[in-house]
Amino acid sequence: MSLRKFITNKTTAALAVLITAFANTSVFAQDAAAGAAAAPKVDMGEVYKSVIFYILVFLAVCLFIAIIGKAIKVYELSREAQGKPVGINWNRVHASLFALFLVIGLYGVYWEYTVHGSMLLPDAASEHGKKIDRMFNLTLIITTIVFIATHILLFGFSYIYKYSAKRKAYYYPHNNTIEKIWTIVPALVLTVLVLMGFLTWRSIFFKVEDPNNKPLQIEVTSEQFKWSIRYPGADGIVGKKNYKLTTATNTLGIDFKDVNSRDDEMADEMVLPVGKPVKLILTSKDVIHSFYMPHFRVQLNTVPGMRTVFEFTPTKTTAEMQQETNDPNFNYLFLCAKICGSGHYNMQKVVRVVSEAEYKTWIAEQKTYLNDDLRKQFNLPVAPAPVKSEADSAAKDSAAVKTNQMALNK
Amino acid sequence: MSTIALHDEHNHDHADHGHHKETLISKYIFSMDHKMIAKQFLITGIIMAVIAMGLSILFRIQLAWPDQNFPFLETFLGKWAEGGRIKPDFYLALVTIHGTIMVFFVLTAGLSGTFSNLLIPLQIGARDMASPFLNMLSYWFFFMACVIMMSSFFIQTGPASGGWTVYPPLSVVAKAMPGSGLGMTLWLISMVLFVASSLMGGINYVSTILNMRTKGMDLWKMPLPIWAFFLTAILGILSFPVLVAGVVLMVFDRSFGTSFYLSDIVMGTDILPNEGGSPILWQHLFWFLGHPEVYIVIMPALGISSEVISVNARKPIFGYHAMVYSLIGITVLSFIVWGHHMFVTGMNPLLGGVFMITTLIIAVPSAVKTFNYLATLWRGNIRFTPAMLFAIGLVSFFISGGLTGIFLGNASLDINLHDTYFVVAHFHLVMGSAAIFGMLAGVYHWFPRMFGRMMNAKLGYLHFWLTFIAAYLVFFPLHFLGLDGVPRRYYAFTEFEFMKKWLTVNVFVTWAAIMAALAQVAFLFNFFYSIFKGKVAPQNPWEANTLEWTAPVEHLHGNWPGEIPTVYRWPYDYSKPGHDADFIPQTVPFSQTMSSNLPHDFEGNEEAEKIQQDWELANPVTENKR
Repeated sequence: MSLRKFITNKTTAALAVLITAFANTSVFAQDAAAGAAAAPKVDMGEVYKSVIFYILVFLAVCLFIAIIGKAIKVYELSREAQGKPVGINWNRVHASLFALFLVIGLYGVYWEYTVHGSMLLPDAASEHGKKIDRMFNLTLIITTIVFIATHILLFGFSYIYKYSAKRKAYYYPHNNTIEKIWTIVPALVLTVLVLMGFLTWRSIFFKVEDPNNKPLQIEVTSEQFKWSIRYPGADGIVGKKNYKLTTATNTLGIDFKDVNSRDDEMADEMVLPVGKPVKLILTSKDVIHSFYMPHFRVQLNTVPGMRTVFEFTPTKTTAEMQQETNDPNFNYLFLCAKICGSGHYNMQKVVRVVSEAEYKTWIAEQKTYLNDDLRKQFNLPVAPAPVKSEADSAAKDSAAVKTNQMALNK
Repeated sequence: MSTIALHDEHNHDHADHGHHKETLISKYIFSMDHKMIAKQFLITGIIMAVIAMGLSILFRIQLAWPDQNFPFLETFLGKWAEGGRIKPDFYLALVTIHGTIMVFFVLTAGLSGTFSNLLIPLQIGARDMASPFLNMLSYWFFFMACVIMMSSFFIQTGPASGGWTVYPPLSVVAKAMPGSGLGMTLWLISMVLFVASSLMGGINYVSTILNMRTKGMDLWKMPLPIWAFFLTAILGILSFPVLVAGVVLMVFDRSFGTSFYLSDIVMGTDILPNEGGSPILWQHLFWFLGHPEVYIVIMPALGISSEVISVNARKPIFGYHAMVYSLIGITVLSFIVWGHHMFVTGMNPLLGGVFMITTLIIAVPSAVKTFNYLATLWRGNIRFTPAMLFAIGLVSFFISGGLTGIFLGNASLDINLHDTYFVVAHFHLVMGSAAIFGMLAGVYHWFPRMFGRMMNAKLGYLHFWLTFIAAYLVFFPLHFLGLDGVPRRYYAFTEFEFMKKWLTVNVFVTWAAIMAALAQVAFLFNFFYSIFKGKVAPQNPWEANTLEWTAPVEHLHGNWPGEIPTVYRWPYDYSKPGHDADFIPQTVPFSQTMSSNLPHDFEGNEEAEKIQQDWELANPVTENKR
């Protein structure tokens, strides 16, 4: 479209009229605004919320781009009319933009790694977590090197080998040696990563139990949209469950016919003794949820009809972590990481890692799931004796429970 | 083969102004011409992409400003955004439908459907697909799938909202969420239709490529896009039926009371009667398709970019055979890696270890492809057409997103990254952005072939730079949210103290996403304007070697008037030394390019080699041949 045609074009003329009208109204609007501005300040909040405002802004931008486009076209046409070489060498423009993108991009990556990189989770607070962190750092170093090197090549080549009519590309269809090298090198690097990953993975999921340091069993049950925690009580074993036994009073469907269930305790938060292995038994009542404890590098789905197990050892108490992160409000927590419905975004519980002594005092205060109502339901004698005396020694405590159990067994 | 004969006759009829009149309906709607079907797939794909992008903007707004009201949302969404705030259930519906549309309707049907249909017959030299009727059905099944999926926005309980992977029991038990009611039923119906469409397409592509190549077009002379479409179709044919099987079992569970995926479920205190099934079964069936699916998405994009990069770097693709073998490697390996989506589902940890090994092996062919792209650019003579820009962008995304895959494929690292924003960032770069860029590269490159007109290059430049920058601004920061342990599919970050520091990042990401979305206006305008008003395309606008550019610009049913051209050489003879032009189309016999023939070209044909030697003796080497 030549310039003259552009001016005489009807649609352009119509557009011009519209623009003039628009400009006029906006001038009037400005006048009005100026008048108003003389008095109190105009509240622009409503304006920023209205869709029309943004549409107008967008149209203005489009108009601006169209004008620039036309200006470029006029420039190029005038060059052509004068018989001069083409106005803008777009190949050079893009080559330079790629070079610029490379430089700014590399700085952006550096900025991200340092600024956002410093906002991440603190170092792992569990034994296996440290291995995962090491593995992560190694992978990060390798991938960052490859990431930067390949991008330098990609955008560097784009810059250097931009089109020139004087040059012909180098006909180089293949080179088997080079191809072998860059098949084998990644394969070797990946073999290292696979081996390390495989060993880490095995060390996390295939643990040999130390008879002297038996893990603390804790059962976590998920449902829409909350978690229930069950501690094993003095016998150290979480008792059986059967979903068919679920009632309003027995929300987890605990089977109290199983002796191991009777001393199981409920808890509002998860309290863990530091340095002691913990065996999480994960189950779900309704849909799949995911038990995720980011600070400990622990995640496993909770699946209805299935028991999943994750064993780990916390290594830092909450207090130590508060110091380390310089945040007195810091708390470990676990949350749901698998889409489970409208409340998915708020399914959390606090985790407290404490010293062994603190743990013992805390656990002694927890109530059992079994109460008088449930005793009646399961035809168990309603025990008159207190389930827990305020015994301060653990031995005494467990002895009390034992007698209690015997009473129940009758 | 009978179809070919039929079309041949048909063409002769055309010569004497045949009696076969095309009506509006037979030409534009129930068309059996592969070029028209390709356009139908493309335009439907673009419309679906715009819808899915709009959905993503809606939930990005919610993520950026979780405690503000946007009255216009209520205007559009009614009760789903009462008071101008999106509800949690609807938020999940948005992410679900965004994912489903993008993965299946845009990047599978929109990408494979468009370019397989357009390019297979044109690049291998066939008059049409093996079965044009099946091809037409394939589009219409796809169209119905789209309509049904969209219709779920107009029902009382809203669309499916259990995530695009629709894990049971969430998606099966209607009480679990409103979206698991009628919306989920529509999702399943839509998916069955979609798979049917995809199978009809795939069978057609495979049989066309195997049976209908023109004279001289042996498998090792096929352009790389054809190889990619061929292997993609095989992947689809082998994996999609498994999804249908899974979907049918899910329909049974939902509607007829079976327990394939359900067992031991208590909703509140309501004990469901289902017993003996396993939700994990669905995950196995789903990901047996789902993982090949991501290669179904990316392989055509890789094929397209191979072609575009070679043409515009004016240089043969480096390691043609290696490119094909790596595609074959990816195809085979993609069937044995599905378990890496399930490392933390409680699957036997031993299996986790095995799947980790197979998953990381798949990085090798991907690395080979990347290095071959780089080697192709090296000492090229690069023309930055819009298509080339997008192809380079694809390589960049493929690297960035592929490398994070090494983290996620490692089972022990996946423990802490699973279902976090790290995953979101990873797959949006490697299969989202990269595949979309492959698709856009294809659209810019073959638009002249499709519509006989050129797109505006400058709008293409603007489109590329805005989209490329915005895509990185959106997805790069998201990695860090994931590394901080922020799970995906969270409606708001307001309930957790540690997530609050990411709220400002979310605002930034949302603005970048809006910028990316607005940049697409440049494309949409360019695309639709150029269909009608673009500059008329020359015969071979990019000076490419492949067959499609020998067909006349005006479309005709049967592609070539008269005989189909014969192919003599591979498709990547660019800048061959000794030849005056920097490209030699596949249809040029070696006898016409004596000055540039290499001994390798004759594949051991002694007679031809002798003729060449004699010619070289008769014409001593000039400076030209260096």
